[in-house]
Amino acid sequence: MKKIVVVGNGMVGHKFCEKLVNKDVSKQCEIIVFGEEIRPAYDRVHLSEYFAGKTAEDLTMAPAEWYAENGIRLILSDPVVDIDREAKTVRSHHGLVESYDYLIMATGSGAFVPPIPGVEKDGVFVYRTIEDLDLMQSHARKASKGAVIGGGLLGLEAAKALLDLGLKEVHVVEFAPRLMPRQIDDAGSRVLQAKLETLGLQIHLNKNTQEIVGNGVIEAMQFADGSRLDVDMLVISAGIKPRDEVAKVAGLEVGTRGGIVVNDALQTSDPNIFAIGECALAHQMIYGLVAPGYEMAEVVAKQLTSPPAPLLLRGEHSDDKTPLSEGEGSGVRLFSPFDMSTKLKLIGVDVASFGDAFIQEPNAQTIVFENSAKGVYKRINISNDGKYLLGGILVGDAEQYNMLLQNTKNKTILPPDPEDLMLGSRGGSESGASGVMALPDEALICSCEAVTKGAICHEIVENKVITLDGIKKCTKAGTGCGGCVPMVKDLINETMKSQGVFVRNVICEHFNYTRQELFDLVKIKGFRTYDEVLDNLGHGDGCELCKPPVASILASLWNEMILEKGNATVQDSNDRFLANIQKNGTYSVVPRIPGGEITPEKLIVIGQVALKYNLYTKITGGQRIDLFGAHVGDLPEIWEELVNAGFESGHAYGKSLRTVKSCVGSTWCRFGVQDAVSFAIEVEERYRGLRSPHKLKSAVSGCTRECAEAQSKDFGIIATEKGWNLYVCGNGGVKPRHAELLATDIDSATCLKYIDRFLMFYIKTAEPLTRTAPWLDKMEGGINYLKSVVVDDVLGMGETWDAEMQLLVEAYKCEWKEVVDNPELRKRFTHFVNAPKVKDPNVKFEPMREMVKAGEWK
Amino acid sequence: MQTITWHLACSTDDIPANGGACALIEGEQIAIFNFERRGEWYATQNLCPHRQQMALSRGMIGSTGAEAEPKVACPFHKKTFSLKSGECMSGDDYVIKTYPVKVESGQIFIGFEL
Repeated sequence: MKKIVVVGNGMVGHKFCEKLVNKDVSKQCEIIVFGEEIRPAYDRVHLSEYFAGKTAEDLTMAPAEWYAENGIRLILSDPVVDIDREAKTVRSHHGLVESYDYLIMATGSGAFVPPIPGVEKDGVFVYRTIEDLDLMQSHARKASKGAVIGGGLLGLEAAKALLDLGLKEVHVVEFAPRLMPRQIDDAGSRVLQAKLETLGLQIHLNKNTQEIVGNGVIEAMQFADGSRLDVDMLVISAGIKPRDEVAKVAGLEVGTRGGIVVNDALQTSDPNIFAIGECALAHQMIYGLVAPGYEMAEVVAKQLTSPPAPLLLRGEHSDDKTPLSEGEGSGVRLFSPFDMSTKLKLIGVDVASFGDAFIQEPNAQTIVFENSAKGVYKRINISNDGKYLLGGILVGDAEQYNMLLQNTKNKTILPPDPEDLMLGSRGGSESGASGVMALPDEALICSCEAVTKGAICHEIVENKVITLDGIKKCTKAGTGCGGCVPMVKDLINETMKSQGVFVRNVICEHFNYTRQELFDLVKIKGFRTYDEVLDNLGHGDGCELCKPPVASILASLWNEMILEKGNATVQDSNDRFLANIQKNGTYSVVPRIPGGEITPEKLIVIGQVALKYNLYTKITGGQRIDLFGAHVGDLPEIWEELVNAGFESGHAYGKSLRTVKSCVGSTWCRFGVQDAVSFAIEVEERYRGLRSPHKLKSAVSGCTRECAEAQSKDFGIIATEKGWNLYVCGNGGVKPRHAELLATDIDSATCLKYIDRFLMFYIKTAEPLTRTAPWLDKMEGGINYLKSVVVDDVLGMGETWDAEMQLLVEAYKCEWKEVVDNPELRKRFTHFVNAPKVKDPNVKFEPMREMVKAGEWK
Repeated sequence: MQTITWHLACSTDDIPANGGACALIEGEQIAIFNFERRGEWYATQNLCPHRQQMALSRGMIGSTGAEAEPKVACPFHKKTFSLKSGECMSGDDYVIKTYPVKVESGQIFIGFEL
C-alpha cells in the first residue's frame, strides 16, 4: 500500500484530499495529513465574514469526521518540522515520524511582514488565520482608530474586517501609487478609492511606513514623508510569503524570493515530493489565488492515480522553452500557466480583472467607460484588428465579468460594437443569455472546479439535471467562489429552451399560464371568481396548487371579501378560516396592532378574551399578540369581542401584509430623529389586507440604530435627519437577506409612493409563494433595474400603479367584521355541520406552565 | 352480500360548493365534499392519517391527471387523497376510508357498510 503524506491542511491541502477521495484513492493508499492550526481547513477566502457573523464552523471546508470517514488520518496542531529525504520520512513538531512514498507540500503562505521598526509592538497584527482574527477581535474592543498596511486584495479585506469590528476610523496605507496594483489600473484605482472613501475608509497612497511608534503598544505610524498617523491598531497585509522553510532545510530547490520550485508536473527537485498551492513556485511565480491552487491539487491527484508513475518528468520546466503540451507523452495532466483573472466583492464593491488587463496602445486598443457618480469604471482591451478581446478591468459593476472572461479565453470574434459586451444589454434582454450559448463546449464556466460548459450541458441534456443545486451536486460547478452561478443558471435555462424541454413556470396542470400572465388576463377580463377564471382560462376541476394563487390574484386585483362569491373554498387553509390552523386543529388569532402601539384598555380586552376562551397568549416577533387554541366554532365570537373593542384582523393567516414593526422613535427616544411609530401606523393602515404572492413584512426605525430591524423586511424604512431611507427585499427565515437601499432621504409622501409602486410591481410579476428577495434575485438588472422602475418610472407605470393601489386601499374592509356581521358566513365556522355546538372531541391540550399547549401529534 | 345502512348527515346547503364540511355520524367524523363542478358528492374519514388530525373536511378539493381523479388536500401538510379510492396520492402508503353518498330531496345520506 502506497503512503501519501500531505504537509499542510489549508484550502488547497484539503482540496487535494477531496480529489483523492473522489478518485477512490483513499481506499488504496494510506493518507496522512499534518496541519499546523488547531482546526481542520477552513475557507480563508471568506475570512472577513468571520467578523460579519460567520463562525469558524461555517467556514470549515469539511469537519474532522469527514477525514475519518474517508480513511484519512488528520493530525492537527502538529506541523511537520523536518523531512528526511534519504529515509523518506517526515517528523512532526511533537516528534511523530511517518514514512512516505509521496510527499505533498501544501504549506501555503504566511503574511509578509516588512522589516519596519516597531512591528513587534502590541496592537500590530497580521491577517491570515482564525487565531489572528480572534486576537484582532479582542484588541479591537479597546481600539477606535485602525490602519492597514497594504492596499491590495488582502489589505482591503483586512480593512473591511476593521470596519466590521466597529472601529471608528479605518485607514489604508499603500506604498504604491494605486490600490490593488496587480489587478487594476490607475483610473480604476481612483474610482475604487472614491467608492471606498464613501464607505468610511481613508486611503493613503504613495505612503512608506518608516516606523511604528509607541511604548510597547502601538500609538502611531511614522511615514517617510514626515507625516504621522495616530492609530491604536494596525494590520499588516503587505503580501504573502510562501512557507518554504521546511522544504529549504530539506534541500529542496527554492526560489530566490521564496517558494518551492516545481516543474509542470508540480514535482519539486525531489521527484517523490510535490508542492501545491501558495508554497509552490510554478512558472517562476506564486499563484496567490485559490482556483490555480485547486487546479494544482487536481494535477497531482491525477498523477498519483493514473499510471505510469510520474517519475520521468523531471527537468521539464516550462521555462525550458520546450513546454510539454498537456498530457503529451506520459498521459498525465500538467499544470499550465493559469489564468489569473479574478472577480471579487470588496466591502460591497465589485472589482474584477481578466486576461491581459494592462495591455495598451500600441499593442491593443482600449475602450474605457467611467461613471464616477456611480463609482463604475470599465475597461476592455481589444486586439488592434478589433476581432478579439484581450482583457480588461471592471470596478463597481462586474456583472459582465463572466461573459467577458469567456470571450477572452475562447477568442470569440467580437461583435461590431464591442462596448456592448462591457456595458451589458441596454434595452434588449436577449444578449446576456444568448451569450452563454455562443460559447464553445470547452469554455470553462467554473474555474475553481474546472467545469466546462460541455460538462454542464451534458448533465442538463443527458441526465435531465435542471436545477442549480442538481448541477452543483453532480459537477461541483459553482461550489467554489460561486462567481459562475449566474452563468450556470443561464446555461440551464438556455439549454432547456434550445432542447424544447423548457418548462414555463405555469401554475399547474389546470392553467397553462404563468402567474404573471394569469394576473394580466384576469385583470383585463375583469373576472371576480375562481370559477370564472377556471372556466375561461383553465380546464378541468382545479386543485390545491392553482386555487390559492388564483384566489390571491383576485384579492390583489379587487380586494373583495375573500369568503364570498364561492371563493371561500379556493382559499388556502388559513385564509378560509381567517385564522392560523395549529397542531391540534384549533386556530390562533392575531388582531392587528399597528406599529405595535396598543392602549391599556385594548390590552385588557385581549387578556379578557384569552381568559374567557382559554387561549394561550404569546407576543409575536412582529410586535403583536397571538392567541392560540381557539376552536373553529368560537372564532366568530372571539372576533366579535375583539372587533367591538376596536380591533380588526391582523391578516396573520394571509399571504398579505403582516405587520409594520417600529421602534419608539423621536416621541420618546433620545436618539430618535423621526416619529417612527406614527409612520409605521400610517404604513400598516395603508397596506393592511393587501394580498400578494407571499407574505409581506415591514418595519420603521426612528434612527440609524435600526432597533426595528427594518433591513430584514420586505420593505423597511429608516429615519434620517432629512427624512427616510427606504430599503426593499429583505427577509428573515431560512435564508436571511439584508434589504437593499432603494431611495435616500425621501419625505413620507414619496416614501409611500415608492412603496406603492414597489408593491404593485411585485404583486404583478412575482411567481406564487416567492418573497420579495428571491423575486429581486431573478430580476434581470437587480436592484438597479428595480430602482429605475420604482424611482425613475422607466416603465411609465407609476401613475397607473398609484391609482390601482389607491383603489385597493379604499376597498379595504376588516374580514373578521364582515363574518361577524354576516349570519351566512358565520354558519361556516363550525366543526360539525350537523352539531354546530359540539366541539371537536379530538382536540387535545396539555398544560404548560400556567397555560396550555397543543397536544403532541404522532 | 353487503348491507349498507344510510345515515342522514345534513342538508345539501350545509356543505359549501366545491368544498367540504364535517358531520358527526354514529360517533364518527365524516368529511363530506360537494364537488359541484362535476355534480358529484364524496365522503371520507375526516382524520388525516399523516398526523392524525381531524382536518380533511377543511381541505381544498380538485382533480388531477388524465382521468381527472378527484382528490382532497389536507390543510396541514397538503397530503392529497383520492376521493374515490381513498389512496394517498402524494407518495405515502396511507389509505383513507371512503363512504357512499346519497342525496335525496336536499338531504345527504352517508352509507355505512355493516
